[in-house]
Amino acid sequence: MTRTGTETAYAIPLDKIDVSSPALFKDDSAGTYFERLRKEDPVHYCAESAYGPYWSITKYKDIMHVDTHHDIFSSAAGFGGIIIDDNIQKGGGEEGLDLPNFIAMDRPRHDEQRKAVSPIVAPGNLALLESTIRERVGAVLDSLPIDEEFDWVDRVSIEITTQMLATLFDFPFEDRRKLTRWSDVTTAAPGGGVVDSWAQRKDELMECAQCFQTLWNERVNEDPGNDLISMLAHSPATRNMTPEEYLGNVLLLIVGGNDTTRNSMTGGVLALHQNPDQMAKLRASPALIESMVPEIIRWQTPLAHMRRTAKEDSVVGGKTIRKGDKVVMWYFSGNRDDEVIDRPDAFIIDRPNPRQHLSFGFGIHRCVGNRLAEMQLRILWEEILKRFDRIEVIGEPERVQSNFVRGYAKMMVRVHAR
Amino acid sequence: MPLVKFITAQGDDHLVNVNANSSVMEAARDNGVPGIDGDCGGCAACGTCHVHIDAAWIEKTGHASDGSESDMLEFVEGADEYSRLACQISITEELDGLIVRLPLAQH
Repeated sequence: MTRTGTETAYAIPLDKIDVSSPALFKDDSAGTYFERLRKEDPVHYCAESAYGPYWSITKYKDIMHVDTHHDIFSSAAGFGGIIIDDNIQKGGGEEGLDLPNFIAMDRPRHDEQRKAVSPIVAPGNLALLESTIRERVGAVLDSLPIDEEFDWVDRVSIEITTQMLATLFDFPFEDRRKLTRWSDVTTAAPGGGVVDSWAQRKDELMECAQCFQTLWNERVNEDPGNDLISMLAHSPATRNMTPEEYLGNVLLLIVGGNDTTRNSMTGGVLALHQNPDQMAKLRASPALIESMVPEIIRWQTPLAHMRRTAKEDSVVGGKTIRKGDKVVMWYFSGNRDDEVIDRPDAFIIDRPNPRQHLSFGFGIHRCVGNRLAEMQLRILWEEILKRFDRIEVIGEPERVQSNFVRGYAKMMVRVHAR
Repeated sequence: MPLVKFITAQGDDHLVNVNANSSVMEAARDNGVPGIDGDCGGCAACGTCHVHIDAAWIEKTGHASDGSESDMLEFVEGADEYSRLACQISITEELDGLIVRLPLAQH
């Protein structure tokens, strides 16, 4: 982070701080603003932003409080959903594309739909997937050039997560990069570099809808299978979904399984490059992969925030949040809270209780694919250690301009063989 | 110190002496019993310390309470009437000899 960024974060008046600006994530200066808010005003009100007024919840324990009080803090799409930008939920306005999905629902519908997709990422099924994932990860790593510069994001992180999604959906394998594109488009607002207009976003997502409708029609007429589309088409909780609801849930699973794992795969390489002592520790004790994986997920925090809307007045961290207020839980900030996490800025692969982090959220909306994500990262690192001595990051990675997806557009690396 | 017996999904027994007032989740986590994760640290917010209480003990431990514990148990795999979150069971002398069974893995 730049020196200028640090100075600005502490120089501007507290009430003018607006941590939602995507530029702060692009240049990686957001951390300093959150550091100041945690110290000086942990439950912070921002009266004016591109997304209207909102509360920032920046401390671990306050985030835990909001996340576990789903009766007070709603995720419902009708209030604006789970992202600070209401437009993402509404697709750019009243004429846009409104796609309901279970993360943006309250009980009881949330519970029914979540339970319908949960079995695919349950422990028994994960064990069945492990050998397929390992084979595919191995093939991707074997295809990499040694001692030559290439983009880790494109060749490894995107490739592996996309292959995994294609496997989970039993999606035509040769078309798998369409999934990557649709994932990017789903969380994009015009101006961020992915789409130029809400209309373009809608067109692309309609193409996605058609494609998945065809797959649904095939699977619903076949015997129930183990892929996600078949599960949705046959489960009593989801088989009568409207086309919008079906597309909404498909996109939720695409984004949920894509950006998050992708950016943790890149973030881990960056963290180990920046911390050669941790790389040496890992090399000496590969069993530390087990505790390193959740540490990567904490350190990266691939989703910077989740948003809620207050359904009634309540007090959080001494401040009264009113009914109707927009409340943003900054997981990225909570994961740097030294009241709960020892030396939170440091990347330490052998922390005690490494899974005590906010990246998956807590409460009923907690990430349903958390163990799948951990398994993919574990396999990736097991296979990396078999093949490479280290992965050198060349220059600065290019970060994504988004206050939601905290990730990388590009990261050039050079791989050194063992 | 009360003794708690954990039985893994594979049928292995782990006997742990537990300080009164610590939770069943902490007892497992701090004594290296595999199969209990306890991601949230004990506030019934993650559902990764799911256990099945032995039928003979359910009267003494009580059933899952309404609110967060029942909310999270809604989403764990294979929950039944003996399911509890281990972090919500505080060990007392009365629970000396408690038997709990672990699921295949936490999720």
